[in-house]
Amino acid sequence: MALGPVIRRGSPRFGSSASRMLPQARIAGPMPWVIAIMIALTVMAAGAGLALSNVAANARAEIAGGVTVQVVEGAPSARERQAQRAVTFLTGREDVLSVRRVPDEELSALLEPWLGASISQSEAVPTPVLIDVRLSGPVTSRRLRDLRAELVREVPAARLDAQAGWLAPVFDAIRSLQYLAIGLVVLLALTSIAAVWLAARSALGSNRDTIEVIHHLGGTDGQIARIFQRSIGMDALLGGAAGLALGVGAMFVLGQQFAGLGSGLVAGGALSLLDWLAITAVPLAGVLLAILTARITVTGALRRML
Amino acid sequence: MSEAGDSIVQFDNVGLRYGTDREVLSDISFTLYPGSFYFLTGASGAGKTSMLKLLYLAQRPTRGAISMFGHDLITQPRKSLPNFRRRIGTVFQDFRLITHLSAFDNVALPLRISGMGETEIQKPVADMLEWVGLSHRSHARPATLSGGEQQRVAIARAVIARPEILVADEPTGNVDPEMAVKLLRLFEALNRLGTTVVVATHDVHLLRKVPDSLIMRLDKGKLSDPTGALRYPPKRDIPRREVQP
Ligand SMILES: Nc1ncnc2c1ncn2[C@@H]1O[C@H](COP(=O)(O)OP(=O)(O)OP(=O)(O)O)[C@@H](O)[C@H]1O
Ligand SMILES: [Mg+2]
Repeated sequence: MALGPVIRRGSPRFGSSASRMLPQARIAGPMPWVIAIMIALTVMAAGAGLALSNVAANARAEIAGGVTVQVVEGAPSARERQAQRAVTFLTGREDVLSVRRVPDEELSALLEPWLGASISQSEAVPTPVLIDVRLSGPVTSRRLRDLRAELVREVPAARLDAQAGWLAPVFDAIRSLQYLAIGLVVLLALTSIAAVWLAARSALGSNRDTIEVIHHLGGTDGQIARIFQRSIGMDALLGGAAGLALGVGAMFVLGQQFAGLGSGLVAGGALSLLDWLAITAVPLAGVLLAILTARITVTGALRRML
Repeated sequence: MSEAGDSIVQFDNVGLRYGTDREVLSDISFTLYPGSFYFLTGASGAGKTSMLKLLYLAQRPTRGAISMFGHDLITQPRKSLPNFRRRIGTVFQDFRLITHLSAFDNVALPLRISGMGETEIQKPVADMLEWVGLSHRSHARPATLSGGEQQRVAIARAVIARPEILVADEPTGNVDPEMAVKLLRLFEALNRLGTTVVVATHDVHLLRKVPDSLIMRLDKGKLSDPTGALRYPPKRDIPRREVQP
């Protein structure tokens, strides 16, 4: 009679045979799908939050030290004259870093979505001349007041505003949206934890016999936990990958639509490599969470056995 | 524990109760010697399964001392118990086959737990299935096997890793007399290789089939040992595997 050689000590990993200890029909179960949906939603919320914070940061950096001068004058020739005078005046000053007159074509392109191509290029609606000015150092209200007074003395039709000032409501709105995104990510994470926890517990419940038998045959807690970690980790990996694909797909489509708006503000929302890494970390965190939950649940159940 | 020197299991005034009920086992004391063959008999409800549970470490006694392989079991930390269990083969009264695994994978389980590679596993498992007459059913799930076939898978699983102690709870309860004798021969073969065998059974005919066996009789939770052979057994030439040609 051929009896197997005896190897008894330690807690070797089951390796490839671990997958043969639990039922194979996983994809059929709801677990990967639930995880996929949760991850997709989390990815989208995280992506939106990151994009919004990029928009805000970009815009803030761009307008730091920035003031906008408008020359509002009905008659085209007078407007042109005053605009040139304003540019000359500003360029001559020591506390001004740069002066850029926004070209008329750019301006009309900017206005086109609102006014339509024919109108914005005609003279029917007089458009102001815009001059982007960058001051050295921060724009304080006192500096602004002094500069405004001097400019108006020279160019009566000029209006001067700090860029941050008229964008303030936009920033507030962006900030609220960011809070909303953070709140969503937190809620989704909590729901994911709950879903993974329930799934791990039910997997454990339906395989209680298997756990008991392997335990009685001398399987260590670590070995048994690893079987479940592996199985639930695979579920989470499948679900996570599907969720990431879904979420990133949705973000890509949305990104394309926003890019179609051609607004500089939205372009500032493009995600950096770091942002993409953070988004990829979402499903990975899901997998780790699933594995950890499986481990805690299984070892908890085993501790109640001798 | 002077006499524990060459014993493999020693029970000292062991008692067991479930919850707050009365004791189902009381004042159990005996010594098992390596390479011996024991039958455990007694009426239904006498406590046979309960005693085997103590032997295969599914239960701790509520009082008394148990030593096994020269170690005091009561003080063993929980994490050292798997190594004890791997030295014990168990045939459960209710088989406890894993339902979603094939007969082959059920039998292979102890070898996989002990970390044997897939290629090393194939032949011993196939040989063992052939020995219990189930080669043709090796891919079948337990649910599609007859009661007797399931029992043979359970026995194959218990002996595959060549345990030092084999504990079998009614291992012949579901098979015909012919197969019962055949399975008993398997236990004897294992016994000749040095394994200590403990078989719980109602079947008094079985006792006579193994001439060298010792009999432990449980009656309402008490072990009767009229000859004192369990407490102070006659010396045997052990281990017997060394005298085999
Ligand atoms: N888990 C348990 N909880 C409470 N009481 C139990 C438990 N297991 C067994 N008992 C009781 O302990 C006593 C002994 O049971 P045990 O299963 O050891 O008997 P047995 O000799 O194996 O019987 P059988 O020959 O019918 O298998 C019985 O009275 C039984 O009701
Ligand atoms: Mg019983």
